[in-house]
Amino acid sequence: MTDSTTLPNPPGAESSTVAGRPRPRLAVLKFASCDGCQLSLLDCEDELLAVASAVEIAYFPEASSRMEPGPYDVTLVEGSITTPHDAQRIQEIRRISRTVVTIGACATAGGIQSLKNWADHEDYLRCVYASPEYISTLATSTPIADHIKVDFELRGCPISRHQLLEVIGALVSGRRPRLASHSVCLDCKRKGTVCVEVAQGIPCLGPVTHSGCGAICPSYDRGCYECFGPAAQSNCHSLTDQLLNSGTAAETLLPLLRNFNASAPEFREASNRVASMAAHSHKESGIAAETDCIKEFRHE
Amino acid sequence: MSETRTIKVEALTRVEGEGGLHVRLNGNTVEEVQLSIYEPPRFFEGFLRGRPLEEVPDITARICGICPVAYQMSAVHALEQALGVSISPEIRRLRRLLYCGEWIESHGLHMHLLQALAGRAIHPINVAVGGFYRAPKKEELRKLIPAFEWGLQAAIDATRWVAGFDFPDFDRNYEMISVCHPDEYPMNQGRIVPTSGLSIDVSEYEQMFAEYHVAHSTALHSHRTSDHSSYHVGPLARVNLNREKLCENARRVADDIGFTTPCFNPFKAIIARSLEVIHAFDEALTILREYKPFKPSRIPYQHRAGEGWAATEAPRGLIYHRYQVDDQGKVELAKIVPPTSQNQRQIELDLIDWLPRVLCDDDQHTADECERLIRSYDPCISCSTHFLKLTFDRRESRDGGP
Repeated sequence: MTDSTTLPNPPGAESSTVAGRPRPRLAVLKFASCDGCQLSLLDCEDELLAVASAVEIAYFPEASSRMEPGPYDVTLVEGSITTPHDAQRIQEIRRISRTVVTIGACATAGGIQSLKNWADHEDYLRCVYASPEYISTLATSTPIADHIKVDFELRGCPISRHQLLEVIGALVSGRRPRLASHSVCLDCKRKGTVCVEVAQGIPCLGPVTHSGCGAICPSYDRGCYECFGPAAQSNCHSLTDQLLNSGTAAETLLPLLRNFNASAPEFREASNRVASMAAHSHKESGIAAETDCIKEFRHE
Repeated sequence: MSETRTIKVEALTRVEGEGGLHVRLNGNTVEEVQLSIYEPPRFFEGFLRGRPLEEVPDITARICGICPVAYQMSAVHALEQALGVSISPEIRRLRRLLYCGEWIESHGLHMHLLQALAGRAIHPINVAVGGFYRAPKKEELRKLIPAFEWGLQAAIDATRWVAGFDFPDFDRNYEMISVCHPDEYPMNQGRIVPTSGLSIDVSEYEQMFAEYHVAHSTALHSHRTSDHSSYHVGPLARVNLNREKLCENARRVADDIGFTTPCFNPFKAIIARSLEVIHAFDEALTILREYKPFKPSRIPYQHRAGEGWAATEAPRGLIYHRYQVDDQGKVELAKIVPPTSQNQRQIELDLIDWLPRVLCDDDQHTADECERLIRSYDPCISCSTHFLKLTFDRRESRDGGP
């Protein structure tokens, strides 16, 4: 299986492979994020030299002091939109970029900071800042695709450098990136990792989470916590029912679903459903005092 | 000349996160220096409330993709204190190994140790409250030894090379702060020690230091509560206060290159950092060679209401965490003070004194020199050695505002 995103005419197709023509110009930009996905590019070590020779790194402030103005052929965007300024900036970036690729959970799904989408934003401001009036920020954290057309999305918190290299390589050579979109669960089977949920009863989101991390958590005796967002055709409804029926408390499941990709539509819907089921059962059983967790996660 | 000149460095390159520098001059007098961190706020201390405490190391790692281990380590130590958990010596050693891995990675972008020990280098998955989800297998760590032997020698050579750089004569009158431990070079544990004055227990951190909010930065500043003065954290502070705890290799190199401490020249932080890389490789090698898998990898605990705090040494300096948790294992309060915010005011003060020495008609040159000083505080990806080329705006204005 591959992601079905269709790219516009890849810029590399006509500009990189023919000798004498300019190499595609690459830009790497950042919004609200931790820098980890950009670091994945620097982390490519040996391959980085190949990337650097295949593209012209025109704008990458974290790695180089060289900051060339646009337009760019390929723009990698890290981070989510959380400020009015960034909401404008991303429009400008779309205008000067032929291909926009979002890298990571923040850019693709709003990131961990999108937890504020369920909370009282003013409360968060007061909680963190002594002078909230100095801070200009939106009430939500939203993925790049909510603001502009995105040509390709790379998932992960952080992204996989192999997937990143595949995307850059594909764009440079003018073909569509080939990325697996199956679930982490399948990767565990391929690796021969014993299922932590079946064998140890540890709640695991591997069956609904996108491949890319190498299924590392179950090989370290812990459940998948969805760094790579929803897999293609993930059935969150069925998995959450299964986990709830087999004894996982809603209070455990909710934060698991509301994590680094909380605002990905599949996970958002699943977590809201679990939250309302939990709230309903609390009401029915006459438990007056909801736990903070349920209260916190009931909004929306 | 009485008009006001504003030099703006729009984006600082090769530093973690987003920031800019705004300098206002009146003639040759520096009127104002503002280091602006315009990193969009993400409100970790807000959304950590109500989360299961077991998630805190995973979530706080996402504050910084370059030093996630520092956040994870500070978080688990603070939470273990709140829960009354005592970790085993084996867990403690493995955590030091992990921290060595982060120092090496942060200074040299060398990822292999973190991958082997913690699943992946960026946002490691193997750090748990109480220990590790799984202790690494012997061969997973042993296979790293040859690369680390090479790394140790490379770090020694690099330090000798770095020591030959041309450093400006810029000695400052600093208060430097570092964690100090009686038996080891500081990473995970110890008292908080200033270069002058008395050491304090970590529990007293918030009495001695306070954060405050300035309009030009989304990162909070820190100062000492007694006199609102600034201070300096980071590799130079650590080496100044703990030189005798460095490994023998690092101490020998420090002596050979004639590195005198205490050193209060921020440009020489690169020497301190290099000595620390030697130490990190050396200590990592010792742990790797002696490593045997152990059980339990994680100390069990019961949830209970409580409060805990920890100060550890991130690559860029002291990092402080405090948490309150309830008897259901949920976070009630989180307070996180990273090193960058503690250094921010000190950097501005450094620039006020540095600028008159580098001011010239060529604003580009002045801006380059300012960036150079700033970068001496923030080594995360400054490993490349090529020189700077940056863009900036020059404009004239009466009010000096950007």
